[in-house]
Amino acid sequence: MISIHDLDFRYSRGGFRLQVPALDVAAGERVAVVGASGSGKSTLLDIVAGIRKAAAGEVTVGGNALAELSDAACRDYRIKRIGLIFQAFELLEYLTVRDNVLLPYRIGRALKRQADIDARLDKLAGETGIAARLDRYPEQLSQGERQRAAICRALITAPELILADEPTGNLDPENKQRVLALLLEQVANHGATLVMVTHDHDLLEPFDRVVDMRDFHGADAA
Amino acid sequence: MNDVLYLAWRYLAFNRWKTAILVAAITVIVFLPLALELVLERSSDRLRARALETPLLLGAPGSPLELVLSSLYFDADPPAPLTYATVAGVNGTGLATAIPLHLGYRVSTQPVVGTSLGYFNFRGLRIAAGRMLALSGEAVLGAAAAEALGADPGDGVVTSPETVFDVTGTYPLKLDVVGVLAPTGTPDDQAVFVDVRTAWIIGGIGHGHEDLAKPEASGSVLKRDGQNIVANAAVVQYREITPDNLADFHFHGDTGEFPVTAIIAVSADDKSGVLLEGRYQDAGAPVRAARPTAVMDDLLATVFTVRQYVLAAVALVGVATLATIALVFLLSIRLRRAEIHTMTRIGAAPGRVAAILGAEILLVLVASLVLAGILTALATAWGDELFRWILLADNA
Repeated sequence: MISIHDLDFRYSRGGFRLQVPALDVAAGERVAVVGASGSGKSTLLDIVAGIRKAAAGEVTVGGNALAELSDAACRDYRIKRIGLIFQAFELLEYLTVRDNVLLPYRIGRALKRQADIDARLDKLAGETGIAARLDRYPEQLSQGERQRAAICRALITAPELILADEPTGNLDPENKQRVLALLLEQVANHGATLVMVTHDHDLLEPFDRVVDMRDFHGADAA
Repeated sequence: MNDVLYLAWRYLAFNRWKTAILVAAITVIVFLPLALELVLERSSDRLRARALETPLLLGAPGSPLELVLSSLYFDADPPAPLTYATVAGVNGTGLATAIPLHLGYRVSTQPVVGTSLGYFNFRGLRIAAGRMLALSGEAVLGAAAAEALGADPGDGVVTSPETVFDVTGTYPLKLDVVGVLAPTGTPDDQAVFVDVRTAWIIGGIGHGHEDLAKPEASGSVLKRDGQNIVANAAVVQYREITPDNLADFHFHGDTGEFPVTAIIAVSADDKSGVLLEGRYQDAGAPVRAARPTAVMDDLLATVFTVRQYVLAAVALVGVATLATIALVFLLSIRLRRAEIHTMTRIGAAPGRVAAILGAEILLVLVASLVLAGILTALATAWGDELFRWILLADNA
């Protein structure tokens, strides 16, 4: 699903540099990425999502060499095939949960709304336990409910790859386990691949593999 | 495009107070100059048109503006009166036909205009229902006055008491409505027209009471001395002119000394008009001539000068407001950086995000323009009344 070779990335304004000699993630695999703050975990996810482009090296996701894709093609690929989950949920405050979940369809021209989209939304909301919250605004939800809504948004397009950047970082211990279990369950239901960044070692047990950023070279390039 | 508009609409609806303030601010800076311009243009055109149709006015010395506004629009308090003898004086010159106007009384809020039949011909007023004035005590209503009073031919309307607590003052007189005029879109629509003699009766100059010479009036008679009869206060005063008591109405004194508010002098030609005007130009004369067009042009020139200053001030305020609104939008975009970042990370093209933000501005502008349009339409519809009210308030 993901194949990275000889990746060399650095921010245009200098400073941080990330080098990944090789990283492969198989389809359907559940991979946790751990590492200290500033080790490049989120940067790695951005590179895999096509949000940032590497200066050198090969990054192939779902058979697409990202370096060869234009920015527009990269965006289209991302919105259709990748589901993103953020630590701070990143729900739009002025949209109801329903509209937040359907947001990819409203902002992405590459996505066509299928006839059964509402049925899929209801099913997904039912499975994640937010069916009764669909017409509420994010500020009316608990933290756990917000992250469930964010998971729904990531899954609504039935992506083949889920990239989750510390999705449990803002949750209390009880909600962490619940949300993680829910995420893993949904990923399994959809047959998707999961790459999740976390620094919480208590959550690693259910994953197929753990990638430690210490194996790569991520450091300030002085 | 639907999705872009939907997201823009959701943002504006969620932040409804901010949106309302923006819409209100833009509405005001669009509405004010637009309405001012339209109302002034339309109102000044109508005011000038009425003035153009009235070549020459005669009135007592005083403010020509007051004379013109009260005689043409029936709204201002009437100026000091002329004597009715002036009417005969003007007619006697052979230079013009004099149409008397007696103003100052009201039926409810509608002005009572005492005049002659010549006024109806002069203004081109046409009876839409009923007939024209024939006798004292009859009234013909302008179209708007008939509607406001809910009166038709055959009904009666009562003049408003002018001096409720003055036992010697003016008391209500019941007028028989005999006709209603076709609408003209001029102040004539608002008027209750009566014969000038009826106006004098309303004012108490003429009156009617039981005939004390008749035997049945003996109860009120205190003393008979030849032609002189002295009666007590129980003598019956008539407050309505009917065919039965019409003959009992009479005037004491010389009719030529009775008051009229103004005289419209309808000259046969321009030269006659100029000659007549020249006769009433002396500073010390008891009658002064006024050209309504000249008076209104002077007034409107002042109004338009003020308009230039107002428009300049509105333009400055508008620029400042637009700059503030632009700043609000820019700050809003800064505050929404996280939201914009989220959309682009999920896969929105920068153009799509810009379209959403642009749609928000577009919706605010459209709402403001629609609101400004509605307000301008209302202001234009009520502009004449508003404009006259402002002028009259300033000159009352």
